[in-house]
Amino acid sequence: MTMTMTAAERTEETPVFHVVDEHEHPEGHSTLLGFWIYLMSDCLIFAILFATYGVLGGSFAGGPTPKELFDLPLVAVNTSMLLFSSITYGFAMLTMEKGQARQTQIWLAITGLFGLAFLGIELFEFAHMIHEGAGPQRSAFLSSFFTLVGTHGLHVTFGTVWLVTLMVQVQKHGLIPANKRRLTCLSMFWHFLDVIWIGVFTFVYLMGTLR
Amino acid sequence: MSTHAHTSHAPAGHGHGHDHGGHHHDDGHAHGTFRSYMIGFVLSVILTAIPFWLVMTGKLDNTQTALAIMALAVVQIVVHMIYFLHMNGRVEGGWSMLAMIFTIIVVVICLAGSLWVMYHLNTNMMPMPDPSQLP
Repeated sequence: MTMTMTAAERTEETPVFHVVDEHEHPEGHSTLLGFWIYLMSDCLIFAILFATYGVLGGSFAGGPTPKELFDLPLVAVNTSMLLFSSITYGFAMLTMEKGQARQTQIWLAITGLFGLAFLGIELFEFAHMIHEGAGPQRSAFLSSFFTLVGTHGLHVTFGTVWLVTLMVQVQKHGLIPANKRRLTCLSMFWHFLDVIWIGVFTFVYLMGTLR
Repeated sequence: MSTHAHTSHAPAGHGHGHDHGGHHHDDGHAHGTFRSYMIGFVLSVILTAIPFWLVMTGKLDNTQTALAIMALAVVQIVVHMIYFLHMNGRVEGGWSMLAMIFTIIVVVICLAGSLWVMYHLNTNMMPMPDPSQLP
C-alpha cells in the first residue's frame, strides 16, 4: 500500500528534464545571432591574415619597403570614405526604424557611393603599386600585404553587391520585417568591415611606415 | 542556460510565450539613436586623425608612436563595437558577447603565438654565409 502510494506520488511529481511547452520560433528570430557568429568566424580569417602579415611584413627580399610604397594621405582619404559610409549606414538604419523607405534608400545609396569610392581608391593604389613593379609576387611582404588588404577589399565589394540587392528588395517589397532583418545583418557586416579596417590602417599602413 | 530559464519560467504558464517573444524583441537587436551614432562618429574621427597625425608629423619617436597608435586602435575598435555594432552584455541574452569574448581569446592566441614563435625562429636562425664568399 505504502509502496504504491509513494509510486503514485512520484509519478505526480516527476521532475521534468526538458522544455514541456514548445515555445514559438518566429521566422528569423535567430538570424542576427547566427550572423554575428558568422562575423566572428570571419574575424578569425582576418586574424590569420594579420598574423601572416605580422610575420612576413619585414621580408622585403631587397624590394621596396612600406615607407617607399605607402601614400599616407591617400590612405587617410580612404579611411575617411569608410568612416563616412559607416555613419551614413547608421542613418539608413535610423530612418528604417521610422519606416521611411524613401529616406532609407537615399542613405543606402550614399553608403554605396562611399563604398565604391573606397574601392576605387584602393584599386588605384594597387594598380599604382603593381605598375611600379611592387606586385604581390615581388616579396613576402607584398604577398601578405595584397592578401590581407585584398581580402578586406573583396569583403567591401560583396558588401556593396549585397547593398544594391537590398535596395532592389526594399524598392520591390518595402520595409517588411524580412527586409529590416536583412538590412540589420548588412549593417553588422558593414560596421564589422570598418572595425577590420582600423586594424589594417594601424597595423599595415601606419606601423609599416614606422618600420 | 536556456533550459534553466524556461523551467524557472514554467509556472508563469500562459504569459510565458508572450514573455519570451517580447524578450527577444527588446534586447535581441539593440537600436542606436541619432545621438549615439553621432557620438561614435565624432569619437572615431578623432581616434583616426590622431594616429595619422602622429605618424605623418613624427612628433614622438618610433617606439612611442607605435605604442600610441596601437592603443588608439584598440580604443577605436571598442568605440565602434559600442556605438555602431551596439554591442553590450544583453544582446541576444548575452550570447553575442560570449561569442565575441571567445573570438577575442582565439585571435589573441593566434596573433601573439604566431608573432612570438616566428620572431624567435628568425632570431635563432643559423646565420647564412654570404653566397659570394662560397667556393
